[in-house]
Amino acid sequence: MTTPRITRREFLETTALAGAGLAIGVRLADAAPARATAALQADVWLRVGADGLVTVTVARSELGQGVRTALPMLVAEELEADWKDVRIEPAIAAAKYGDMTTGGSMSIRSLWTPLRRAGAAARAMLVGAAAQSWGVERATCRAESGTVVHVPSGRRLAYGALVARAAQLPVPEDPPLKDPKTFRLLGTRVARLDVPAKLDGSAVFGLDVRLPGMLFASVARCPVPGGKAADFDPAPALAVPGVRRVDRCGSGVAVLAENTWAAFKGREALKVSWDEGALATLDSGAIRRAFEEKAKQVGLPARKEGQGAAALAGCARTIEAVYEVPYLAHAALEPVNCTARVTADACEVWAPTQSASDALEWAARTAEMKPEAVTVHTTLVGGGFGRRLMQDYVAQAVMLAKAAGVPVQVVWTREDDTRHDFYRPATYNLLRAGLDANGSPVAWTHRIVGPSILGQLVPEMRGGLDRSSVMGAADLPYAIPNLEVDWVLHDPGVPVGWWRSVGSSQNAFVTECFVDEVAAAGGHDPLAFRRALLRDQPRHLAVLNLAAEKAGWGAPLPPRRGRGLAVHGSFGSFVAMVAEVAVADDGAVKVERVVCAVDCGMVVHPGLVEAQMESAVAFGLSAALHGEITIEQGAVVQSGFDDYPVLRLDEMPAVEVHLAPSGDAVGGIGEPGVPPVAPAVVNAIAAATGKRVRRLPVRAEEVRKG
Amino acid sequence: MASITLTVNGRARALDVDPAMPLLWALRDTLGLTGTKFGCGMGQCGACTVHLDGEAVRSCSTTVAEAAGRTITTIEGLAPAVGAKLRGAWLAEQVPQCGYCQSGQIMSAAALLAKQPAPLDADIERALSGNLCRCGTYPRIRAAIQRAAKGGAR
Repeated sequence: MTTPRITRREFLETTALAGAGLAIGVRLADAAPARATAALQADVWLRVGADGLVTVTVARSELGQGVRTALPMLVAEELEADWKDVRIEPAIAAAKYGDMTTGGSMSIRSLWTPLRRAGAAARAMLVGAAAQSWGVERATCRAESGTVVHVPSGRRLAYGALVARAAQLPVPEDPPLKDPKTFRLLGTRVARLDVPAKLDGSAVFGLDVRLPGMLFASVARCPVPGGKAADFDPAPALAVPGVRRVDRCGSGVAVLAENTWAAFKGREALKVSWDEGALATLDSGAIRRAFEEKAKQVGLPARKEGQGAAALAGCARTIEAVYEVPYLAHAALEPVNCTARVTADACEVWAPTQSASDALEWAARTAEMKPEAVTVHTTLVGGGFGRRLMQDYVAQAVMLAKAAGVPVQVVWTREDDTRHDFYRPATYNLLRAGLDANGSPVAWTHRIVGPSILGQLVPEMRGGLDRSSVMGAADLPYAIPNLEVDWVLHDPGVPVGWWRSVGSSQNAFVTECFVDEVAAAGGHDPLAFRRALLRDQPRHLAVLNLAAEKAGWGAPLPPRRGRGLAVHGSFGSFVAMVAEVAVADDGAVKVERVVCAVDCGMVVHPGLVEAQMESAVAFGLSAALHGEITIEQGAVVQSGFDDYPVLRLDEMPAVEVHLAPSGDAVGGIGEPGVPPVAPAVVNAIAAATGKRVRRLPVRAEEVRKG
Repeated sequence: MASITLTVNGRARALDVDPAMPLLWALRDTLGLTGTKFGCGMGQCGACTVHLDGEAVRSCSTTVAEAAGRTITTIEGLAPAVGAKLRGAWLAEQVPQCGYCQSGQIMSAAALLAKQPAPLDADIERALSGNLCRCGTYPRIRAAIQRAAKGGAR
């Protein structure tokens, strides 16, 4: 997701709940206009009970990034709650909650002010209630750890004892927020609230939903995207013990059974003839050749400084390189799934989704019901990474549950999950740089050729510049006087989608590697070269310097070992990484150590930031070292973790994380760690071997000795 | 279908299922023990790891027939002493992110510690490299196993 600009009006309202309790709602109106840019429209609740417990409703999906801990921290800080009294409740999706999309590393950024304001409003009301009951000036009272204290007398009242009176008070329209210098909870390492249930098997993910009378469904789909079932014979499937039904399901055919195993067996037995559609002859070689051809065209302008490409002609020396990245799958460990129950007048969905609000829309459309008739429960999500911003599986579950008249859980196999993804786009990049007689860069051009995610998702965007495709390239931070970035749309038709860090996942690799090439061409050290060109970019510079220092940049290394660095800003945060690699004579790459420096503006929870950096390193390395989806005869070749490997424990490097918050606006943290991983590693490989990898994933034959 | 008796977490359970059904589905769909996870169904990811007579096995690649007559332990039934030690270490290291793989990680770790109470890093790599974690909690898994081996939660 790209970075939305949120302009909105906020207002508070209070609701007396059934029973004694103080509830604060923060409603955001006038959210950002375009849904496609992860616009926010949220409704967030906090409840303080007569028992003193604070319940924060979390209107974002917990994907492992820690929203079910970090978001309540925002409320608790301003509320001056005792953290041990804080509980969370996942929001049940409904129109009143607005957009619950969890993407674009936006959760903290979008809710930073609204949640703090909700906490502050509740605190003001509790303080007011205490002052009233004591008959003292409210200025003489303050909130502290779940109580209100009358400072002169030292009297105290717990929040629980104040909620009934507080609920009668007007909600302050503009409650004062705490000065960040006085934060006592934000910035600390409180224990994650979601961890205990994840250690004893009690945590409920999408696949763990169990409903009375539920059937399990497996859907056979055409191996070629866009293809559909022409004809099928349900008899062999129905002959499998435990199989109860065979139904059409969109373009595919579903087998419904008493257990998942029977559904899988039935689906294997099913005989389907496919109409493969328009992509039946597509293959990866043809895609690559088409990209190469398209790169000869001038694209849509994404950025131009100075004379742009025209300045290359006057340069003392020019260098040129082509960089390529493949399609990538998300490969979350929990295969795609969804559970639904549809009755005559209601539809209920349990979805491991990254957007409960989109799931609601899809379910309503599929069930042909009004949104008010649909309830979406967001379960825990066994890995999102952008895949679950799509809601195709919700439609499947609703469709099948409606037809069957009983609850249905759609379960994708690992093969389904790998072969029916919305892939990170493959791109082809042509770069040129011009140097002056001193080896300083005076011109930089970057042409990106690839498909458009927005173009596939939003028909009216088709053909226009897709900002998500050029993010991380068009905003190149280096002070080069002549600069031109353009983008040529070429969509081979492979379904594409949001993948952790989106355009920056390709573009940081391309730009940060080519920067190293330009530095080398001019005879410069990569660190010194970047420092000079980032002189006006203090946040890039600060993390770059910190990572380099902590990594011991410049210290000698044995043969075939090397260090590489990369720095990248995305989603409001800045991350530099130094990777240290060892490349065996046969070309096997071992990443030994990754040092990260992070400026995410403000740190809500240092442990969560560190965890997201570790996670980004693993995710980035999986892609850099292993990840590649290829197409043959229109179908995805890979089918699971054997041919689409992800990083294993024995490949995981030591990761050091250094936090360098600038105190600027709070930035995202789920995605910004991913972009610098591949270029840091590839630059390190070049330092170790003298060989420049320009096509991911890294191939041993390209970096072996000799 | 035949009636098969499985001993799961110390309880004998009679099931009327296909003997060829993978143990994973008997646990999850028939017995309702959903702590054991489905990740790939091909023994490639380790999310479905359970103990069979104390050995870590992939329940997706073990049939009900093979498991019959043996002692099956799932994440829900991990022996209290071992479970407390591992969970304490996992909590102290704040290991999980999405958490989907963690049942399998803990079951593999428990089987390792039962055999090697003081594992070296190489032992951990051998025992746990079959358990994928897409969130990359590997450094914390290593640290948690070492912590559990040393016997301290904090």
